[in-house]
Amino acid sequence: MQNINSIKSAYIKEMLNNGVRSERGLFDYRSISVSRNIIPNAEGSAEVNLGSTKVLAGVKIDIDEPMPDKPNEGNLVMSAELLPLASADYDTGPPSPEAIELARVVDRGIRAANVIDTESLFISEGKVWSVFIDIYIMNYDGNLFDASTLAAMAALTSTRMPKYEDEKVIREGKLEKLKINNIVTSCTYAKIGNRIILDPNGDEESVMDSRLTIANDETYIRAMQKGLSGSFKESEINELVDMTFEKSKDLRSIINKLSD
Amino acid sequence: MEANKPKLIVDGKRLDGRDFDELRPIKIEAGVLKNADGSAYLEWGKNKVFAAVYGPREALPKHTADPERAVIKCRYAMAPFSSLEEHGRSGPNRRAIEISKVTKEVFENVIMGENFPGTEISIFIEVVQSDGGTRAAGITAAAVALATSGIPMRDLPFAVSAGKIGDHVVIDLNKIEDNYSDADVPIAISPRTGEILLLQMDGSLTREEFKEAVAKVKKAGQVISKIQREALKAPYEKISNKYK
Repeated sequence: MQNINSIKSAYIKEMLNNGVRSERGLFDYRSISVSRNIIPNAEGSAEVNLGSTKVLAGVKIDIDEPMPDKPNEGNLVMSAELLPLASADYDTGPPSPEAIELARVVDRGIRAANVIDTESLFISEGKVWSVFIDIYIMNYDGNLFDASTLAAMAALTSTRMPKYEDEKVIREGKLEKLKINNIVTSCTYAKIGNRIILDPNGDEESVMDSRLTIANDETYIRAMQKGLSGSFKESEINELVDMTFEKSKDLRSIINKLSD
Repeated sequence: MEANKPKLIVDGKRLDGRDFDELRPIKIEAGVLKNADGSAYLEWGKNKVFAAVYGPREALPKHTADPERAVIKCRYAMAPFSSLEEHGRSGPNRRAIEISKVTKEVFENVIMGENFPGTEISIFIEVVQSDGGTRAAGITAAAVALATSGIPMRDLPFAVSAGKIGDHVVIDLNKIEDNYSDADVPIAISPRTGEILLLQMDGSLTREEFKEAVAKVKKAGQVISKIQREALKAPYEKISNKYK
């Protein structure tokens, strides 16, 4: 989040009080563009621009050990970095609580929706594939949750599965794609005073009282996360869930339309 | 490693078809990250690098501030998905910390920090795809980012590495050449004065070969400097063309 001056924050609040928002409707997304395979060295990759929020996602797949409690399954490892080049408010150093929350919320949606079949990542006893998804925030202008989920999904749909032959990992040549079982997207809302808006930008996030992220596929809600010290009414959340199922159709079609 | 050493030069050409003095293709775009005070995106062969500059801003923590001049800070890091090998660890490792330090020293030389006492200027270099020569790519990109930010500089430095493959001194080693070369010499130069701002070397070079390496770096620098200046002009040319 960034500090903006009091004039700007008063202006955003006053406009919202009157039910208006700068340049778009309360429940409109900013323009979204997705490009894939931008990092050919990675097994999968994508860049998402959501307004001026810019997110890179990279996928690497390595030989690893299974988790002790799931000896027949591969691993999915999600991390997110709020890079210091993305905002004057981001510092160098170990991941902040915000970065960890971001990675965990994106992870929960993708994991809960069974986007990847982790059992298919089993190789032999004690040996599995680990799928590492790294979310790289390059420019912050709000709503990192939705941009990151889109970037992770787009990167996964472009991911080539390495081969394991004669104790060696083969990452080049003719490779099959990683099997994707489902598409999950998320919608993030900000509550400012008594108004709720979709896809808050950086200025809006700096004045929001609370935040709600809902991740879903065609049928089910797959993950939710409420953030900050403000609150939502039960009725508000129910409306936002309904809206999310509507709005997510467009987001899913962005992923579906990415050509192979 | 020696046993598996691939032949790096075939019929007088390098593996990617380049001549000994030939740079990989370089593309630079200035002002790509909105929040930064200056930024640049650079593609250098298969390398892909973002550089951003924040500042001059209040030096934090406060005890790092210098009452005489701006403090220059630099972070160089490689993304965990940037190489063709396995998943890397995120954040700077010991190699990256050294590169951050020598990169910072390049810019301490050219930035007119005395204009901004008590402040810090932060340079961030993120390598999102790597294929050899990333420190040179980072310095070249960061120079453009700094110029875009409007921070006064004495010069616009560039960097490139020279190397030795067999008996040949070559310019701009890529990853596979770097792995198996006989020497690697990354150099950054202030083109206006010709002064050397960064010099590292490992491997083995004769005195003559070293001189040849520096000469080749300077020659390649003319090409790199031109691409840097074009990148700085491009956004303004776009506007002025609109009103022609």
